[in-house]
Amino acid sequence: MKRNMTCIICPKGCLLMAEICDDAVSVTGNSCPKGREYAISECLHPMRTVTTVVRVVNRTDTMVSVKTARPVPKEKMVQVVAALRSMRVKAPVAVGDVLCENICGSAIVVTKTVL
Amino acid sequence: MLEHDIVVIGGGPAGMAAAVAAYDAGCTDVVILEREANLGGILMQCIHNGFGLHKLGSELTGPEYAEAYAQMVTQRNIQVYTETMVTGITPEKIITAQNCGGILKLRAKAIVLSMGCRERSRGALNICGTRPAGIYSAGTAQKLMNCMGYQVGKKVVILGSGDIGLIMARRMSMEGAKVEAVCEVMPYSGGLTRNIVQCLEDFGIPLYLGTTVVRIHGQKRLEGVTIAQVDGSRNPIPGTERFIPCDTLLLSVGLIPENELTRMAGIAIDPATNGARVDENCQTGIPGIFACGNVLQVHDLVDYVSEEAEHAGEAAARFVRRQLREAFSRSTAAGFGVRYVVPQHITTDEEDVSLFLRVTEPFGKVKFVIADDERILAECKRLKAAPGEMEKLTLKAEQLKNVQGPITVSLEVLE
Repeated sequence: MKRNMTCIICPKGCLLMAEICDDAVSVTGNSCPKGREYAISECLHPMRTVTTVVRVVNRTDTMVSVKTARPVPKEKMVQVVAALRSMRVKAPVAVGDVLCENICGSAIVVTKTVL
Repeated sequence: MLEHDIVVIGGGPAGMAAAVAAYDAGCTDVVILEREANLGGILMQCIHNGFGLHKLGSELTGPEYAEAYAQMVTQRNIQVYTETMVTGITPEKIITAQNCGGILKLRAKAIVLSMGCRERSRGALNICGTRPAGIYSAGTAQKLMNCMGYQVGKKVVILGSGDIGLIMARRMSMEGAKVEAVCEVMPYSGGLTRNIVQCLEDFGIPLYLGTTVVRIHGQKRLEGVTIAQVDGSRNPIPGTERFIPCDTLLLSVGLIPENELTRMAGIAIDPATNGARVDENCQTGIPGIFACGNVLQVHDLVDYVSEEAEHAGEAAARFVRRQLREAFSRSTAAGFGVRYVVPQHITTDEEDVSLFLRVTEPFGKVKFVIADDERILAECKRLKAAPGEMEKLTLKAEQLKNVQGPITVSLEVLE
């Protein structure tokens, strides 16, 4: 099976062509090794880094932004956001703080400092 | 009156990078004036990732990218006035600003303008219909959701396929809203292809090209919009109207560089960029006033904003030390297929110069030709070119020797 796709790793947006035979994927059109990895992953098990926000309880109208430390399966993106919607954190928090160890296979990391 | 060597107006990505670069170039008396409570500017609400790949070598979110630069500012003992709004600048480089302490007057040897952009609003589009709640610019909705934690709407139509609109389509979908459609009046998207893929295709959101919103319905809250296809001159085609029920309309219909202060100082503006006319050092028509980042030209990537701002900051430091040399000025011009060229004039023939431009419409394989009246100075090929992606071309110092100008950049279609 052949598949065309646009690489989303960087803003260049290379047009990739992947050919899938059983579990082997051959890739053309990539201009870097990351593009090849992306195409293979996209064919076999698409992954995405999820970013969202978590409410800070001790500050008015304040959210802290967070991300998954590693990409999670694409179909679980909404599940990650839903799990974090009910979570609350207490300031101060800083970039790099780990909020929880495992949601859908990834740790959740703070991306904004709230003093 | 406070006296400083360099005053930077705006503490977003451009202002921070310019201040750091000026400091590192040996000018240690640098001040940043920022109207928000924190440095970072628009990056603080851009919680998605994809920033910094080019400049910092890792894939960061907006707030992380901002924090990296804010730390560089702090480490360098650069003075920052937050919650301070600049209300005026003069050609003599006297700045009037206002904060809770009252009115400030500053005299600068050099000024760096880095005020960024604001969003084009409904009023600029003349969409007919009522004026209900539920209509936001995409960036306002982004701030309400990402910084303050409000759910902006549940059933959404987005007008405009610029990157902020696309990013918000994904963000609202992940927060449980149903994004019914993204409408784009042009026959192509203004956003990066990767954003069409990861923001729309991942969530099954339809993108209607050559389509716009022609009427807004609802009294207190938005109840729906009528969309219609448009013809080649962007007029709605009768009979193609369709009603989409929704409670929220996001507008992602372009950015306007915030150049009120620039105009106040009497600096010439390029009507094609809506930014100041500058030379290769980002210097405006008034010696010692520099402009960089989105206030100069709207960028796609923050990495390139930082790069441009570093260049402006270094040049400001050289100006303060009286080391900014100007040989003679040749203007640049946009030829076939090119909408604008920055810088608008080139004064050097001793250094390489980067030219930034956007094309007028999407093209396949093209060749950019840089030429003066008599000969071709340089050529570069691209596999594709799109208005949503800024192009950077380089002119080598030796190619600039004996060039009297004007220097025109035009495009040739190769297939």
